[in-house]
Amino acid sequence: MTASVSMEHGLILAGVLFSLGLVGVLVRRNIIFILMSIEVMLNASGLAFVVAGSKWGTADGQVMFIFILTMAAAEVAVGLALVLQLYNRFKTLDVDAASRMRG
Amino acid sequence: MLEFLWLIPTLPFISFLVLVLIGSRLSRTGAATIGVGAIGISALVSLLVGFSFMSSPPAGDAFSQTLWKWMEVGSFKPGITFHLDALSLLMTLVVTVVGFLIHLYSTEYMIDEDGYSRFFAYMNLFVGSMLTLVLADNLILLYLGWEGVGLCSYLLIGFWYKDPANGLAARKAFTITRVGDTAMAIGLFLLFANLGTLNLHGDAGILALAQSQWMEGSGIAIAAAVLLLGGALGKSGQLPLQTWLPDAMAGPTPVSALIHAATMVTAGVYLIARTYVLFDLAPSVQFAVAIIGTVTLIVAGCSALTQRDMKRVLAYSTISQIGYMFLALGVGAWSAAMFHFMTHAFFKALLFLGAGVVILALHHEQDIFKMGGLRRELPVTSKTFVIGAAALAGFPFITAGFYSKDLILWKVWSAHQPWLYVVGLGGALLTALYAFRLVFVAFFGEPKGHVVKKPGAFMKIPLTILAALAIIGGLIELPHAWGNWQPFSKFVESAFPLAASVEHGGHSEAAAELTLQGIAVVVSIVGIALAYVLFLRNRTSAERIARSTAGSAVHRFWFAGWGFDWLYEVVFVRPVVWAARINKNDFIDFIYRLFAGIIQIFHFILCLTQTGRVRWYAVGIAFGAAAIVAMVVLS
Repeated sequence: MTASVSMEHGLILAGVLFSLGLVGVLVRRNIIFILMSIEVMLNASGLAFVVAGSKWGTADGQVMFIFILTMAAAEVAVGLALVLQLYNRFKTLDVDAASRMRG
Repeated sequence: MLEFLWLIPTLPFISFLVLVLIGSRLSRTGAATIGVGAIGISALVSLLVGFSFMSSPPAGDAFSQTLWKWMEVGSFKPGITFHLDALSLLMTLVVTVVGFLIHLYSTEYMIDEDGYSRFFAYMNLFVGSMLTLVLADNLILLYLGWEGVGLCSYLLIGFWYKDPANGLAARKAFTITRVGDTAMAIGLFLLFANLGTLNLHGDAGILALAQSQWMEGSGIAIAAAVLLLGGALGKSGQLPLQTWLPDAMAGPTPVSALIHAATMVTAGVYLIARTYVLFDLAPSVQFAVAIIGTVTLIVAGCSALTQRDMKRVLAYSTISQIGYMFLALGVGAWSAAMFHFMTHAFFKALLFLGAGVVILALHHEQDIFKMGGLRRELPVTSKTFVIGAAALAGFPFITAGFYSKDLILWKVWSAHQPWLYVVGLGGALLTALYAFRLVFVAFFGEPKGHVVKKPGAFMKIPLTILAALAIIGGLIELPHAWGNWQPFSKFVESAFPLAASVEHGGHSEAAAELTLQGIAVVVSIVGIALAYVLFLRNRTSAERIARSTAGSAVHRFWFAGWGFDWLYEVVFVRPVVWAARINKNDFIDFIYRLFAGIIQIFHFILCLTQTGRVRWYAVGIAFGAAAIVAMVVLS
């Protein structure tokens, strides 16, 4: 076995990826980019599971990642359908256009 | 037989429940059968119970039956207990028998009205509550019945609720009696705080405890008696709480007969008689009872003389006659008060039922000056009405009213109250005058109205029975001077074991009694003769008196019930309404509005966060999650 990546490095990478994704969700106005940023965040959490699983030497982390992957697929399916609806209604991909439900 | 006592108040309650639950699905005949039948069986049971009570009196001349323990709070353990003694038996018999006759009458009187089963439901609830009131063993159960009859009075005065005036009359009756009831409730608190019980009878009851613990004329006895008197004044329509009773005539006529003449309004008399020891211990309050009764009987008698509405004449007459009962209570003549209660229940119910026939016959015409000559068209009704009016006027020797009123006046005289006696005699003159004014104006003279409906059997039978009772009811108690035949007094006095003994007159007093009786006979005849002259023979003279300047002023004053309504309007109603209006924004409201304002501010702030932008919500979720994680990690 070659020198393995330490858990700290793995978790820091996951944290950086998660933060990038979060910033992307918050600052981007294009809904496609928001969806992609969500994917990045999901994968960051998946990475954290995998790293933790390898640290304890169990397969649980990888099992969890497969769950996340499944959920992400479902999320994208619903998300893309919503994107199509949004575009149909507003002829734009700007999420701020769909702000009619304010209090 | 006595153990069936519980059935007497229970049957009306059961029938009330049946009528309330399935009354709308019953036919009119069905509703009437249930409503009248329950009271009829109840009357039958009370007759049997009464017979058994009188033929073999239980130990101590009283029988009590505990159904269950109502509640238990510390030492306060009132039971649902019924207590039968001579006083409550008399009340029970009158309530059930007269109540049954009036129910029977109502089946025909109300036949064309909407809410037929509702009417009988309320009437049954009333009878049940009234029986609870009179049979109650403790004051708290009595108070339950007391409020129950008040509620039924409200519901039945406002029975024709589509006319707002009826609702107003109902609210007025409810509010004014509530003034008295509040005093009574405070009186109950006072009694409980001082004696530690609200049970009336027995060695540990209020009556015995008060007599052994309180000094005669002590402050506590006076306070308790005054507060209970307040309740009695409100319920019985005595000065100064009498203004609701004339307006209560807005209800159907059988209601006026049952509730506002024969039974409920005499509950105040019953309450004072029931708590007689407290009044014995407070002679000043007892004297005040006599004064109030005397003033009321004159005030109401004068008003009755000027009314045009047949039922209002009878309402003022009821107030006046209860004034006589209060006068009797005030001089300690407990059995005389109850005797007048009984005869009054007979003849006043009779008069109201007769008035009901007339009102139906003339298509809801109540103005006596638009009637006249009715005796040809309504022979049975007019005959019984004349009997009722004669009993009311105390027509000598043959009517019950003569014996009961004479007994009261005699007791007042022998209590050394000559002034009260003179005023009471004046009241008797007034009574004869207004009673026969009603008879002569409505039933004699030229016919004016057209009779559209003749009474059927169900209306005539109660009239006839009540007329018979109004005549023979007086024969169970003859004046002492006539011989030794006073079964009523002897029986009723067994319910007053702790009363100060009243010495019976010897031969020297017999002469005085006969003299006073002679005066009473003359007064009654003179009153009737005066009514004949003024209102039948020579009606213009009465009108001339009423039209003269002084006469019309007095007439207006009396017609308006001595201005009490106006006085209360000015003294109580308007200031309260005014204060409520200017004090609309008071300190309490300020507190509530402060709460409302703070909540509104938060509402606006939180509204600002609802931008509708999904990214803004994402920021919220992110910071919220971060905050929760931080709390978990850092704590």
